[in-house]
Amino acid sequence: MNAGVALQVLQSILVVLIAPLVMGWVNVCRAWLQNRSAPSVWLPYYTLAKLFHKDAIIAHTASPLFRWMPYVLFGCMWLAAGIVPVLATDLPFAPAADIIALVGVFAMARVATALAAMDTGTAFGGLGARREMMVGFLAEPAMLMTLFTAAFISGSTQLATIVDTLAHREFAIYPSLAFAGVAFLMVLLAENARIPVDNPTTHLELTMIHEAMILEYSARHLALIEWAVAIKLVAYMTIGFALFLPWGIAPAGDWGALPLALAALGAKLALAGAGLAFLETLLAKMRIFLVAEFLSTAFLLAVLGMLIHFLVHA
Amino acid sequence: MLSQLVNLLAALLLLIAFAMLAQRRVLTLIKLFAWQGLTLAAATAIVAYATGQTHLYFSAGLTLVLKVILIPWLLHRLIDRLQVKWDIETLLNIPTTMLAGIGLAIFAFALAAPIAQMASTITRSTLGIALASVLLSFLMMIVRRKAVPQVIGFLSMENGLFFAATSATYGMPLVVELGVALDVLVGTFIFGIFFFHIREQFDSLDIRHMEKLKDE
Amino acid sequence: MLAAALVAALAWLAIGLAGLVPAGNAVLARRVLFPLGAAVGLALAAIGAQAAWTPAETLVAPLGLPDLPFHLRLDPLAGFFLLLLGAVSAGVSTYCAGYFRDETPLRLRLICLQYHAFLAAMAFVILADDAYLFMVAWETMALASYFLVTTDHQRPAIRNAGFLYLLVAHIGALAVLLCFGVMHTGGGDYTFDALREAQLSPFWASVAFLLAFFGFGAKAGLLPLHAWLPEAHPAAPSPVSALMSGVMIKTAIYGMVRVVYDLIGAVRWEWGLLVLVVGAATALFGILFALAQQDLKRLLAYSSVENIGIVLLGLGMSMVFFGFGQPQAGMLGLIASLYHAFNHAVFKSLLFLGAGSILHATGLRDLNALGGLLRRMPAVAFYFLIGTLSISALPPLNGFVSEWLTFQTALQAPLIEHGVMRSLVPLFAATLALSAALTAMCFVKVYGVAFLGRPRTQQPAVHDASLAERLGLAWLSAGCVVLGLFPSALLLTLNRVGESLTGASLGAAALESSWFWLVPTEPARASYSPVIFLLVVLAVVLVTIRVVLLYHGRVRIADPWDCGFPEQSTRMQDTAEGFAQPIRQIFGPVYLLRRHLPGPDDSHPRYSVKVEDRHWYWVYLPLARLAGILSAKVALLQRGRISTYLLYSFFTLIALLVFVR
Repeated sequence: MNAGVALQVLQSILVVLIAPLVMGWVNVCRAWLQNRSAPSVWLPYYTLAKLFHKDAIIAHTASPLFRWMPYVLFGCMWLAAGIVPVLATDLPFAPAADIIALVGVFAMARVATALAAMDTGTAFGGLGARREMMVGFLAEPAMLMTLFTAAFISGSTQLATIVDTLAHREFAIYPSLAFAGVAFLMVLLAENARIPVDNPTTHLELTMIHEAMILEYSARHLALIEWAVAIKLVAYMTIGFALFLPWGIAPAGDWGALPLALAALGAKLALAGAGLAFLETLLAKMRIFLVAEFLSTAFLLAVLGMLIHFLVHA
Repeated sequence: MLSQLVNLLAALLLLIAFAMLAQRRVLTLIKLFAWQGLTLAAATAIVAYATGQTHLYFSAGLTLVLKVILIPWLLHRLIDRLQVKWDIETLLNIPTTMLAGIGLAIFAFALAAPIAQMASTITRSTLGIALASVLLSFLMMIVRRKAVPQVIGFLSMENGLFFAATSATYGMPLVVELGVALDVLVGTFIFGIFFFHIREQFDSLDIRHMEKLKDE
Repeated sequence: MLAAALVAALAWLAIGLAGLVPAGNAVLARRVLFPLGAAVGLALAAIGAQAAWTPAETLVAPLGLPDLPFHLRLDPLAGFFLLLLGAVSAGVSTYCAGYFRDETPLRLRLICLQYHAFLAAMAFVILADDAYLFMVAWETMALASYFLVTTDHQRPAIRNAGFLYLLVAHIGALAVLLCFGVMHTGGGDYTFDALREAQLSPFWASVAFLLAFFGFGAKAGLLPLHAWLPEAHPAAPSPVSALMSGVMIKTAIYGMVRVVYDLIGAVRWEWGLLVLVVGAATALFGILFALAQQDLKRLLAYSSVENIGIVLLGLGMSMVFFGFGQPQAGMLGLIASLYHAFNHAVFKSLLFLGAGSILHATGLRDLNALGGLLRRMPAVAFYFLIGTLSISALPPLNGFVSEWLTFQTALQAPLIEHGVMRSLVPLFAATLALSAALTAMCFVKVYGVAFLGRPRTQQPAVHDASLAERLGLAWLSAGCVVLGLFPSALLLTLNRVGESLTGASLGAAALESSWFWLVPTEPARASYSPVIFLLVVLAVVLVTIRVVLLYHGRVRIADPWDCGFPEQSTRMQDTAEGFAQPIRQIFGPVYLLRRHLPGPDDSHPRYSVKVEDRHWYWVYLPLARLAGILSAKVALLQRGRISTYLLYSFFTLIALLVFVR
């Protein structure tokens, strides 16, 4: 039990600490692909340190909800990082929240951010909140259906059981997971505000979705939000690994497999980051209402994956 | 293991059929059609390897040459000469089309379930998928407004039928297949000729103009 | 115990009548009688909670007609619904003690009478054990609420809303009466015991089910019989809307569960499929229309329609599983559905009471005119936030628990042996996911536009809620939190309820659910611990604040970012209409939009969009025209000449003499 708690804490801290590194790696790969000279891969850490040092500037129209939101967002992402089996499946907190609760955590984070965006009473906050909720209302069901496909295959909604089933069964190809994988990728791009849904490096307010919600934040609040965004990206990537590339995660009680798990995680994150940068370079940002089509395609693909599971396997 | 590979390729076939339904650009549509042909050829080759039916190798090769290389090249040339690169407009919007597609897929699966139980091939569980891709291609033909996507829908319907034949009875007799392949090739030529005529007559390839050809 | 419940229900009636005493001070009525009613509600809730764990009791009350006494029964299902009624009405009654402080004494006395008669009628509906008492109580409930809805009867719109409400309520009651008649099959009396014993052929059982579904569905607000809900609920005073949305439509669910699971008995899966389809359509329709509303109370009414759809989704899944011989999964579906009914009662009442406070403070219901209320009404804002988070199904509050249980039920789909149904049940889970996500967007809109930001119009001095109102809101918010954090108690209670109805039960591992962990099937399959969830998030939040403030906590106050455009007025914020514009664009064909767009030559450009419900043009107006035509034909009988009427009597006499020997 104590070993499990130690592992849980270790995993949470590890994910939280390497999240900015993954963000930095994605930016470096993007720079290479766009034939620019890349910033340092440690740049996000310097940015966070700089932001924590500054004074927070708060609009006079803001309420306590505005000041509490970054902490709530960070807490939710920390919880998400703790639930997903990144290194091992033997986590004592994992049974507290299954995949549906995980989607609920992300929903809570989204609602908190949207409410804080509307708090300052500017036009951009409302714009960001409205667009983010539009992306969310399509992405959340798509994500849920993707996870349900995996749940139907493994017979449980606990991520630990899903990983155990998919990793330690004999190698089998599941066509329904192929559909679910495409849908998951589309949802990952949408929820983490990457191209083709949203440009994370834009400066034009009218084109922003996620950035518009956090326009008013500065200093330590902005640092926590940026950090939470990085943790969310890593959480989504690790959920993807757990569902579609589950090999390398240490099974319950097997401490000896931890170094291999760490190495596997590092390799997978590096590949995923490079893949994300590649996708972002290939695709162009979509018009906002084509995002709705994009996500409804993801939703329908996920539903189709579920159907294929029933109609072909059973 | 091999049957799992075939299942995976069948699922990819269905995925490509849905992707064609949701596509807006003609060039991507042709590329998807080529990928569909490739998936079909691969699936046929694997079935041939697994069951030792050598005539299926010929079918796979024919599909590869015809559907992956020749017909896409013809369509590209056609599009270049017609100077067609527009976004495709549809009669229904894309989410509604996809919903209709899902409904058709459920219908096809429900239909194929009892038949699949009677067949004795290793690919019998994919009969539903083949039927679904036929119906989806038909749907694509119905909802498109311009002529080129309709032709591609027709060709991909033939893909689906071919896959259905492979999964139910290990392919059709070789003579029938050669005949069908020739028909498809000739059909594509004739379609190409017709496109020019239609454009000359109506100055556009929008099929709604052909609605003027009725008794008034 | 049943006697105690009867006494409580009669106490409500007594309280209502006491309010009419002319010598009584109206302030006394408000300050004493409403809290007394709340206390009675609490007592009733305690009785109900206790009754879920004891065997059923019956009582024959010597009221009613000489040959038709009232039969009463308190079994676990009735106990659960009494718990719902009592707990929610306690909060609402407490709120009323403060809300009605500006009413005239005469109206207050009438409201007190009608309100408590309404509560008593609902209690009798739940306790009824024979069809006669059930129908009497049902009609009393409809009448009492009609008078409450038309409290402001000087306004014609409210009179129309009341008329529509009464009309649909009566059509539903007629269907329920016919259903009882079908179940009666000709022998014995109309007690529920006799109806239980009567054996129905599958055809007549289906007819009874359809009549019950239609009749109770009219009261619950199912598609296409929902049109009265968005008219009647906003027309009533806010605490009454809370009761109507929160409790009255749950009595319809009570009726459905009682008739299908108890009186008819053998559940067929086809019925479940119908319930699923109607439930999914209702849920999606309700939330899409809620998103398009700008009137706060109308929006909440449409959201009630959506939530009833979700309750039906759970109920339908339960019926499908029972129909295919999977009692454990069926039980889980029933539990999920009843849990959601309770959750909705609590958080919808909370939201309506909050809307009432806003209306009382600002006189406004139109979201486009509100804004920035968080600063002036912090208490109401805090409770309304809890309601918003609950209804958006966000963990660790209560809305999430019932949604989680419904998803777990859908995940049991591989147990069904029918190929098509096995793949359809997860599709309905997909519609549930979609409607839950849309709900989150809708309530972010409501909270953000009403409470956050800056006021969109000049508002007079806005006051926060009074003490009584705050107590009522706090009671219901506490309910949301407790039901969210400690779901196992209610899960086990509902398991007892379902066990008494159907004889099935959840698995042994599920019954081990402690206060800490919620396990509906087996621990390896699914588990949820809201307490851990909350503790981890709270711990991280507090530790982070501590660590960050150790470094430095300097803050500077400045203007918000204006993108270089300094003339930001409050009208530049999103309106409620604007916030929902993406939904109107994406789901355009669902609505009937009447838009007026400004042209290039307009000297006074105006934009307006009106969202209408197509059901008026497809269902209601054609039926009304048909009724008009038929009545016109029948009216031909009324000639006005006395000799014609005498002729009618003459013919009737002859006919009787010929045919009746």
